[in-house]
Parts: sequence; structure tokens; C-alpha cells
Amino acid sequence: MIVAVAEDSGGAERARPWIEASHAEYLCLVDAEHRISDLYGLVNVPQAVWIDERGLIVRPPENPGWTDDWRHNAGALAEMSAEERKTRGRLMTPEQAAARDAGRLAYMDALEDWVHTGRHELARDAARRALPALTPEIAQAQAHFRLGVWLRCHGRAAEGDRHLAEAHRQHPESWTIWRQSAELAQAGGASGTEFLKRMAALGDKPYYPAPGLPGFGAQGGEENPGSGR
Amino acid sequence: MTATVLTQEGEFTVDATDGLLLTPAELQRVTGWSLKPEGLCRDEVCVPMPEALHAGRVDVAAFWQRLGNPVLADDSRTTWVLGAGAQARREALDSLQAPEFELPDLDGRPHRLSDLRGKKVFLATWASW
Repeated sequence: MIVAVAEDSGGAERARPWIEASHAEYLCLVDAEHRISDLYGLVNVPQAVWIDERGLIVRPPENPGWTDDWRHNAGALAEMSAEERKTRGRLMTPEQAAARDAGRLAYMDALEDWVHTGRHELARDAARRALPALTPEIAQAQAHFRLGVWLRCHGRAAEGDRHLAEAHRQHPESWTIWRQSAELAQAGGASGTEFLKRMAALGDKPYYPAPGLPGFGAQGGEENPGSGR
Repeated sequence: MTATVLTQEGEFTVDATDGLLLTPAELQRVTGWSLKPEGLCRDEVCVPMPEALHAGRVDVAAFWQRLGNPVLADDSRTTWVLGAGAQARREALDSLQAPEFELPDLDGRPHRLSDLRGKKVFLATWASW
């Protein structure tokens, strides 16, 4: 069962055109309060969690096969106007586009493999080690984000922005917090010049860390070969 | 006075006085904790906290902080966030039991994760922005 959740403070009306255009035959839910990010410790979109028939997490939150192939163009894209970016796309070379597609396909293969065979589930200890870090600062950040979004959506932008800024200060690793806040401040802010500059400033750090699955290089992952059933 | 309380479970409208003083019934509705002779209790756990009681109401902000959870209010102290603390979050995820949630689809129909028990679930997030 695929459950696709829109982390979108704009709610159903922002998510609707995308969901309708996808003709999705799976369950599409709308999460205006970012409750899934809050509950599961997510820091970016997309992220995915594999949950088995008993309701147990068998692969903690990870990037579902997206690659950083276009990210290295972020600095050049940041220099362009929004108009120019529209016409130039993400400046991807054919090789970068192929690597991006290969990552998504490799992840899909692993996912199908899991559905049919149970492979790629992590043993309980390995799954626990792969859980996201949860600090008091992150807990505080989630509370500020919740209040900030609520205030923004109730016409109290200036007060809301104070809380959103504090949420980012306490949890700087969360791209979701920063990008949703930027989008609330200005439509398009989530993917605008400031975002691209921040992405370029990551340097060698990944934006989409590779999942520990076959096809994703040296990070082979800690799989449970017997699937523990 | 009417106040709004935001928790991980949802948004609640409550009758509050002096900040976030709630009746025991409202406390239970919003947080799942109930007032008993031995203290404030949920499941098998009771926290004695007589100082949080004021004329039959519970100082929920003080109680929530005592549990180690974040508490925030807006400038007018009419909208509150009762957050989940780091320890509560770690314990929830360390169990590997996927945290339960209820969210609407495009038509507003609610769906719960637990409705899908018995099936493998691929839970994925995305955003329009």
C-alpha cells in the first residue's frame, strides 16, 4: 500500500493540482500541519518509511532514491533570474539526468523486492540505529514551527515568522522547516534564489543522502538477510 | 475565555482561565491525562503534582513542562502548543512501532495508519512547494 503525504501548510488546495495530475491510484493524504515530519523526525521531502504488516518500522526515514546530481548546478542557478531558471531547467547534463533516473529506478526495484520477498528490511537493532536524531532543540523547533504555521494561516504573519525563524534556528538541518517557512513568506520562496544559495553552500554534504540499498554505491546498508520473520 | 491548543493529535478549542488552566475533563480530552487522587495519570503512570491544581482546574502548561515537553504560547496567550519532548519522541520511535496518525484525503475523508494493518505500507512524503 502506497501512502503519499503532502507536507503542505497550504492544505488540500495547494496539493490538489499535483495529486489530480498524477492520476494516483494509491492513497494521497494532505498534512497541512506537517504531522508526519513531526512524528517520524523527517527533515526533507521526499522521505519515505517502510512499515510492515504488523505496523513496525522496518526501514526508518530515508531519501527514496533521489540523487544529488543536479545539486552541483545550484550555485549557477542561484545567479540566474527566476525567469531564466524556468527556461534553463536545472542545467542537467545527459549524464546527470541518467544518474538521477537510475537512482529512482534502483529504489523502485528495492521497494518491489521488499513487497514480494521481504528483502531489505533492517534488523531491529540496525533499524534503531538508523532512526533520526531527536534532541530537545528539535522538539522545541517542532513546537515553534507548529505555532508559526498556525499564526501565519490565521493572518498573523509577523508573529508567525518569529516562531518560524526560531524553529529554523533550533533545527537548522530541517530543510522542510526552512522551505515551508520560505514558501509561506513568499510564493516560490521554497525553491528561489535563497534556497539555491543554501543548497550550493552545502559543499560536500549531501542534500539527499543515499539510501543504504543496492545501486547506491558504497553505502551498502545494514540489511537483515533473513528478514527476521 | 476560549483558547486554542495545538498538540500532536490535533487542534482543540478549550475554555481556559489564567493562561492554560483547564478543567480535568478538558485536560483529559486534550492530552489523555486524567486527574485522580494520586495525581495526574495516564495508563499506568501517575505524576503527583498538587501545585498544579487551582480551584478545581489544572495548570496544564506547568504540568506539560514538568513532563519535559515543550510548551509555547502566542503573544496573547490564547493559542498554545503542547509539544512532545525529545525523550517522548525517542521512546516512541525506539519501539519501532510506526507512530499512529490520522490525515484527510483531498475530499476531507480521514484515514488512519492503523486501518492499513496487515499490509506493507510505503509511507512517502512530498510537497507542492
